[in-house]
Amino acid sequence: MEKKIYLDNAATTKTKSEVVEVMLPYFSELYGNPSSVYEFAAQNKKALDEARLTIANAIGAESAEVYFTGGGTEADNWALIATAEAYQQKGKHIITSNIEHHAVLHTCEYLQKRGYEVTYIDVDENGVVKLDQLEKAIRPTTILISIMFANNEIGTIQPIKEIGELARKNKILFHTDAVQAFGQLDIKVDELGVDMLSASAHKLNGPKGIGFLYIRKGIKIRSFIHGGAQERGRRAGTENVPFAVGFGKAVELAISTMKERTKKETELREYLIKRVLSEIPYTRLNGHRTKRLPNNANFSFQFIEGESLLIMLDMNNICASSGSACTSGSLDPSHVLLSIGLPHEIAHGSLRLTLSEENTIEEIDYTVDKIKETVEKLRNMSPLYEDFVRRR
Amino acid sequence: MYTKKVMDHFSNPRNMGEIENPSGVGTVGNAKCGDIMRMYLDIDENGIIQDVKFKTFGCGAAVATSSIATELVKGKTVEDALKVTNKAVMEALDGLPPVKVHCSLLAEEAIHAALWDYAEKKGIQIDGLEKPKSDIHEEEEERDKISY
Repeated sequence: MEKKIYLDNAATTKTKSEVVEVMLPYFSELYGNPSSVYEFAAQNKKALDEARLTIANAIGAESAEVYFTGGGTEADNWALIATAEAYQQKGKHIITSNIEHHAVLHTCEYLQKRGYEVTYIDVDENGVVKLDQLEKAIRPTTILISIMFANNEIGTIQPIKEIGELARKNKILFHTDAVQAFGQLDIKVDELGVDMLSASAHKLNGPKGIGFLYIRKGIKIRSFIHGGAQERGRRAGTENVPFAVGFGKAVELAISTMKERTKKETELREYLIKRVLSEIPYTRLNGHRTKRLPNNANFSFQFIEGESLLIMLDMNNICASSGSACTSGSLDPSHVLLSIGLPHEIAHGSLRLTLSEENTIEEIDYTVDKIKETVEKLRNMSPLYEDFVRRR
Repeated sequence: MYTKKVMDHFSNPRNMGEIENPSGVGTVGNAKCGDIMRMYLDIDENGIIQDVKFKTFGCGAAVATSSIATELVKGKTVEDALKVTNKAVMEALDGLPPVKVHCSLLAEEAIHAALWDYAEKKGIQIDGLEKPKSDIHEEEEERDKISY
């Protein structure tokens, strides 16, 4: 296929043309600073408010509870660090999971170096956080539980409502990193008992470089970026109006099309999973069989290494990703794949395909054909496979 | 991220496969770190490497370094093959990204391991050949622990 087949929508998504279109006037025409008093800038204030309201409505929150940030990572950093600081009188204990994004894990490490204690809850073989272990980990000094809504690598959706109930029962704040889930799943913060939620625009066809943190009213977390009075004084700096407008549009589109879009993606995903598992031997699906993001499929192919597979797929114009060490820049493969109990050599041979509504069945067929070809080629090259065949 | 030479050797690996009843075979690396190389040598009575084959589990650079290493030792005497260093492997590929330098070390080590096996089978000693490390990653892991 000449055309590029993009199957890495968990990494980022295409900014939709409708989104770009609504952003454009806010660069060179409506460039006013929303904080200014004159009429010219009032339009910017209004546009910002509208975007904020759209986002607030999407998660069942109030406008005043939504704070724009520079992205999902900043929102995670803010939620964890500011909560830790604000509630240290109560205690210095935080609970999270082994499979969080590095935006949460590395922030936890940062806090550990500053005297906080962090408990990392295990997940089962499907990547679901162990609730009994979480409940037992709660102490009188626990100030925050941070568990992701859905995992970015294996797509497993976490029991957010149950965790929310546990947190509420024990009067502990509950933060969820919903960067992958927002726009794909129906999220209502009140029903789920979520106190803080991080999300990012570029995962749902919005622009890169903007996200938000939802902070439930009454939570006394401090400002993260100090300066002016923007974002109710909690996140200073002139607002990125064009990006906020684009984010608002992206959310509006994602929410209004969610049902049919995710239905289509789920069907494509199921077709993909069925073909791969039935046609390529010594292959497993990583993550929960059904409780997974509509667009996520993650496989491990025994006896081969993921980066080689990615390069060969790239030669065939297929964009995908892997949890192999070579793609992570360290010697260890993905912490998520190790946490679900995969041995190192199987974790190295992983492939993540994340779909969008634009993918077609023809693209999936072509991709599966190429994966099959490539896995076979790499296995013929693999001393591990050679040993396996000899032992048989 | 890779040079044209690396991509060429990765997509069209030379001398990939096995040799039945080889004069020497060596396997290095470990699956935990994501790369294993195996070299087969066919060495004639004059000590000349007549044929060489490889099998590799690993990234693009691991495949490319194994492939070029087979080309560098084929037709050479055992003594000359011993002089093929990881530097020579890197140069022949027009360079490797810094994080992939260990792949060239692995290729050098794989040749040495196969030569060691040959020497053991023949009951001879090859000057300058030391017993190969079973796993070059051990040092790397130690280094990693220190830097943290």
